[in-house]
Amino acid sequence: MGKNIWIARDYLKCSGCRKCEIACSLFHEGKIWPEASRIRIFMLFPGLEVPHLCTQCDNYPCVNSCKFNALSINEKTGAVIVNKEACTACGVCINACPGKVPWLHPKEKYVLICDLCGGNPKCVEECHEGGWDALKIIPKTVLGFERKNYKLYAREPEDVTKELAKVIYGEEVS
Amino acid sequence: MYGYTGKLLEVDLSNKKINEIKIDEEILKQYIGGRGLAVKILWDRIGIKWDSINPFSPENILLILTGPLTGFFPGGRICISGKSPQSNGVVGSTVGGEFGIELKCAGYDGIIISGKAETPCYIFISDSYVEIKRASHIWGKGGKETLKTLLNEGRMMLQKNKLGKWREPAVLYIGPAGERKVRLAAVMSKLTHAAGYGGYGAVMGSKNLKAILVKGTGPLPEVFNIEEVNKLIKCACKECYENQALFRQWGTGYGGYYFGNVTSSEPIKNWQEEWHEEKSYSVTQFERFWVKRYWGDFGCPTTCLKISTFKMNSENIVSDNPDYELQAYLGTNLGIFNPVENIYLSSLIDELGLCGINTGNILGFVGELYEKGILTKEDLDGVELTWGNLNAFALLIKKIAYREDIGDILAEGIYRAALKLSEIKKKDLLKYTVQSKAIAIGAHGVRSGLDYTDKISYACSTQGGDHTSVAKLPLDHPNSELTVLFYDSGVVCWFNDWAIQKDLKWKFIKAVTGWDITEKKWYEELAPRILSIQRILLLIGGPDIKWIPLKDDENPQRFYEPLPSGPAKGRYVDRKKFEEERKEYYKALGWSEKGIPTSETLMKLGLNDVVQFLKQKINGFYLDSTS
Repeated sequence: MGKNIWIARDYLKCSGCRKCEIACSLFHEGKIWPEASRIRIFMLFPGLEVPHLCTQCDNYPCVNSCKFNALSINEKTGAVIVNKEACTACGVCINACPGKVPWLHPKEKYVLICDLCGGNPKCVEECHEGGWDALKIIPKTVLGFERKNYKLYAREPEDVTKELAKVIYGEEVS
Repeated sequence: MYGYTGKLLEVDLSNKKINEIKIDEEILKQYIGGRGLAVKILWDRIGIKWDSINPFSPENILLILTGPLTGFFPGGRICISGKSPQSNGVVGSTVGGEFGIELKCAGYDGIIISGKAETPCYIFISDSYVEIKRASHIWGKGGKETLKTLLNEGRMMLQKNKLGKWREPAVLYIGPAGERKVRLAAVMSKLTHAAGYGGYGAVMGSKNLKAILVKGTGPLPEVFNIEEVNKLIKCACKECYENQALFRQWGTGYGGYYFGNVTSSEPIKNWQEEWHEEKSYSVTQFERFWVKRYWGDFGCPTTCLKISTFKMNSENIVSDNPDYELQAYLGTNLGIFNPVENIYLSSLIDELGLCGINTGNILGFVGELYEKGILTKEDLDGVELTWGNLNAFALLIKKIAYREDIGDILAEGIYRAALKLSEIKKKDLLKYTVQSKAIAIGAHGVRSGLDYTDKISYACSTQGGDHTSVAKLPLDHPNSELTVLFYDSGVVCWFNDWAIQKDLKWKFIKAVTGWDITEKKWYEELAPRILSIQRILLLIGGPDIKWIPLKDDENPQRFYEPLPSGPAKGRYVDRKKFEEERKEYYKALGWSEKGIPTSETLMKLGLNDVVQFLKQKINGFYLDSTS
């Protein structure tokens, strides 16, 4: 599992251009489809964009919550893989997720979770090409140490927005 | 049909009727979308009675249109149109943001809004679900509060439908200025984006429409060749990354000191000068207030917007950093050379829902009248409008937005206000206005000859003073109104055109629509067709103002005066040369010497109905007349 990766994000570097959503939906759906993207940019407060996607929790609460064995873990990447046929779109995994990240496919009956594109996430590639680097691939284990900080990102977009709005703009968000 | 949903949403606010209408593919092939389609819809629906329609009457139509390239070509925008309360013609006023993308994902290429709601309302669209909702709780609210409330409210409504975290819908809205039918009011998008030219914020206000919200959960429409589109997106983005270094780093805001200094075309004190050497106005002085370096809209590789924040009088200012236009119009044009004050005025304009260019232009005009003693402190209800007086200008901006005191006259826009003040003062004050067809001229003067604009740029443009759509020869020049018309009809950002190969846009529209729209066809047939109808509607005008061909295809008086300072000192517009160029321009378009499309040209463009109408209804006055 040493090669497992996850995607960290820098909110201040996110321009809100959503090219990550375009890349993700083109890769997974063959179309430009923002609401079917596995990464979604929230703008709950004007001028404050929050990239929202899976952090591949160590204890995988979503996988554990699924009663239909629709979610599994990819050995190579550590990503959560959705079995479209087994998934019933019941939403239990969404509530199990500390960041409420999973999102139901807008037209089909299954849940959308970042699968790291098999190890080369398109969103990160796109973000890097643009020179923004708001998204970064981080190995789960660095120099033999297990990561401790991913939970900073496994949060609901409202919470992230609230804190950032205060820090960046000095604004209170209810 | 590829690239389009093929449907328009029609909302009649008077009768609370909501309809879906199909659009004919043949019409789209000829008018593309955005400004092009707006011109066609307006001609078909209200062209016959154009001169009698007050832009603020329920009969006027507000159009919110995307184009086939929206969402695909980098830098998506949305086009707002209708009969303009500024020019009485048609303006295709585009604004950035995700609205166009959400709308297409919801299944619509555009929205046609007619009638007038009895009480303040907003329109909520969630895919095929459309509702007209009460807006009494946000009527009267400023921009930030309106947007915050609607982002929240829209999301709550969506949240009812499905599990998981819904995102916010995209929002178009107006501020207090639009509500009061101030002719300088913009249609706002996101925190600080504005469709300013045209005055469509006031049209929304006249319809009692505070905002439109849309969330679309579908994909963008299918395209002719998705692999090719993907390849072209990558190619365009790469070119923007490589060639847009200045814009990416600073936006057009690097112009405040640098560009205006080099080109000597930046308005200062109502265009009395066009050059300054004030280094306090360099971009690094603005950069100090930024919180994010990059800020962009859907699919944009350039992300030229920057966000500034600071506290002023314990007020929390969050604003975009003024771009070149607003640095000029809310800065140098008012004698303000202090970045903080400039950013503050920019945030105030956004908050009130005003167009920064049109408002800064009229403020400069009033500033000059005050300087000349034509308007006094008493006329301005106690405001001492000396150049550089931040509080005075801020106060006047508020008076305009709320139509208080002198603000009620100024709210009519530069042209109408000048006529009114001329009457009161018994003096010709129009000569101090720097506008074309009642639309403020963008912050790119023509006297120095060092900027991209020419002698005929504003005088002959179908969008008046609009600096993004200027008359220029040759007709296929990258800055010409025919080129920009492609982007306004596309509907995508023209800024990204500067960095990409010339032929990319033609490949792009082919890959998206599958249609054979070539460069030749665009410049010889499609663009002249749209432009000719737009020009005719502009000339019909009315009911309060009608433009006289040639007489009103003029530069502001100021542009004939020599520049008093800077590297281009002494330069002015030579009237004879201007008249020659104007003649040449109209000839190139197949228009008469007066700039009236001839029946021969119109017939060649297949506009037989236009010819027939103009011959019958107004005795051929506008066509082929020599007198």
